[in-house]
Amino acid sequence: MEVLTRVHEKNLVRWAADRPEVVVFSGDLTGSTEIQLFKDTYPDRFFSMGLTEQNMMSWAAGMAREGFTPFVHTFAVFMYRRALDQITISIAYPNLPVRMFGFLPGVTTPGGVTHQAIDDVAVLRGIPNMTILETGDATDVESVLDLTLAIPGPVYIRMIRGEIPRLFAADEPMQLGKARVLSQGDDIALLSTGICTEEAMRATQALQARGVGIQHLHVSTLKPFDDPLVVDAIAGARFGVITMENHTVVGGLASATSEVIARRGLGKKLIPIGLQDTFIHGASRPYLMREYGLDAPALVRTVEQLTRADLQIGEDDLAAVRLNPVHSAAKTEAL
Amino acid sequence: MTDVTRETQAWQTRVRAIAQGIRRRVLEHTVAQNGGYLSQACSSAEILALLYGHLLHLGPSDGPPNPAPFPGVPGQHNPEHFNGGIYNGPRGPQLDRFILSPSHYALALYAALIEVGRLGEDGLTHFNQDGSSVEMIGAEHSPGIEVSGGSFGQALAQAAGIALARKLRSESGLVWVFMSDGEFQEGQSWETLMTTAFHKLDNLRVIVDVNGQQVDGRMAETMNIEPFAQKVDAFGWQVCPVDGHDVEALAAAAHSPTDRPLMVLAYTSPFRGIDIMQERGPKLHYIRFKDAAERQQYQDYLAAMQTEEEV
Repeated sequence: MEVLTRVHEKNLVRWAADRPEVVVFSGDLTGSTEIQLFKDTYPDRFFSMGLTEQNMMSWAAGMAREGFTPFVHTFAVFMYRRALDQITISIAYPNLPVRMFGFLPGVTTPGGVTHQAIDDVAVLRGIPNMTILETGDATDVESVLDLTLAIPGPVYIRMIRGEIPRLFAADEPMQLGKARVLSQGDDIALLSTGICTEEAMRATQALQARGVGIQHLHVSTLKPFDDPLVVDAIAGARFGVITMENHTVVGGLASATSEVIARRGLGKKLIPIGLQDTFIHGASRPYLMREYGLDAPALVRTVEQLTRADLQIGEDDLAAVRLNPVHSAAKTEAL
Repeated sequence: MTDVTRETQAWQTRVRAIAQGIRRRVLEHTVAQNGGYLSQACSSAEILALLYGHLLHLGPSDGPPNPAPFPGVPGQHNPEHFNGGIYNGPRGPQLDRFILSPSHYALALYAALIEVGRLGEDGLTHFNQDGSSVEMIGAEHSPGIEVSGGSFGQALAQAAGIALARKLRSESGLVWVFMSDGEFQEGQSWETLMTTAFHKLDNLRVIVDVNGQQVDGRMAETMNIEPFAQKVDAFGWQVCPVDGHDVEALAAAAHSPTDRPLMVLAYTSPFRGIDIMQERGPKLHYIRFKDAAERQQYQDYLAAMQTEEEV
């Protein structure tokens, strides 16, 4: 599997080259949110705001009113927790094109409760006019900026950083409101977001080998949540639905999916994988994913629970899985 | 009398007349509606009158004299939405911008807009009525109001963003913000003072109505912010404390030459011009009459004001 480094950092500089309306705001986390290269390349479009997150969000709103497109960068927790009123009133109510890059989603930081964004999707999903996107690999990160061009209002992006895998073919960009179909089957609908998709892919190969049919969708648009592919996957799942998210199971992907099931009258059982209404603490990502059940073995256990089968999949089976960038099955179908 | 003196007197007289009109109109509505934000009109009348009658460089209003009904909230699927800033005229590089921060001053602002002809005499017909854009606590669809400032401390930072954008475009117009002193109990206000000084926004000017009042009563007894001027100065702003009812002093302070963001601290009285309000102290935030007798007392006071104006 190809692993890339500082994908957003390089992509942003390239992407913003011919877009003078794009300005970047930093909340004293310039290196940590991969905007040092932007600062070096376009110093006149980079604004240091220090540790003034409330101020920074309202300031960005003012610039957006004037025709600029502010890209606000800081850790997610310092935006949606610390400056929620400013995001709501200064940015979301007037439907302004501010792009909020929320770094360190969930278990991706060992920084503990103060740094781990475990409820950002839940909090922001309730705000009218808000669009919420989540990245899960290098291709997502490279293409997510293009999606924002079609969105006149505010966008919150759950960003991953540093060394990230390429799970999806580089020539298949993220699409607004459309999931990537990673495997097909009619036993279980599996919806995964963000870094959970990589873990899910480790398990689905082993599960398919045992004859479990899994319709696996990588969801990157969390709001609006009206993708027909999601509806079809749920409707066609014999045993039910599993959601898998790096977030509390209250208010995020699991809740959005439950709403679809209820409102469409799909009548399917759903088992949510995610943080089970709990805070977490400072530790490594692999440890946290194992400890809180966000990893491939957790998915296998959940599939067994849903299908009432003992699939005899061990750690060795999962460790043997090699991931290669996949092409979305949906595209193949469309062709 | 020289021409210069006559001209000077002309703007002073005009601004004072606007201020008196603001107080009278807000009192009219307070009596008619059996309640209103009256003390704010008393403290801010000269400030708003000076802004609209003398300081602001604005083009003519683009808003209808009788404001349109509430157009629905802003959003991708509502092209009907309009912004209250249209009453401050078109945008232009040389023109100023005006941002009202404490939205409960809306009635005083509407009164000022009528006094300077930006809103029709009947512009307040639908004030505080369901479905109207002329709301009691104004929002960004209300006449003269460009940003929703009702959650305190946010409008200044939004104005800072506007000021930075204008600097990047090398526009000469200024960004004026009206604030109230209570807003400086909010942490965000100080974040914005720090960052605007750091980014040298010398096109940003704030006039604060320092009336010393908040919902619970006197600020000095609720949460003291003094020494206010020293704090603002320490945050890197040019600060000018003045008598907020002295239009000449206000104008001189607002025109202070500066290479920093400028804040005029307009020290005011919350019952200036309607002294019977003193009896209701210390809580003056929203005047709701206790009984018919008190309402009659204010009705009589209004009648006297109207007679005086006619004379």
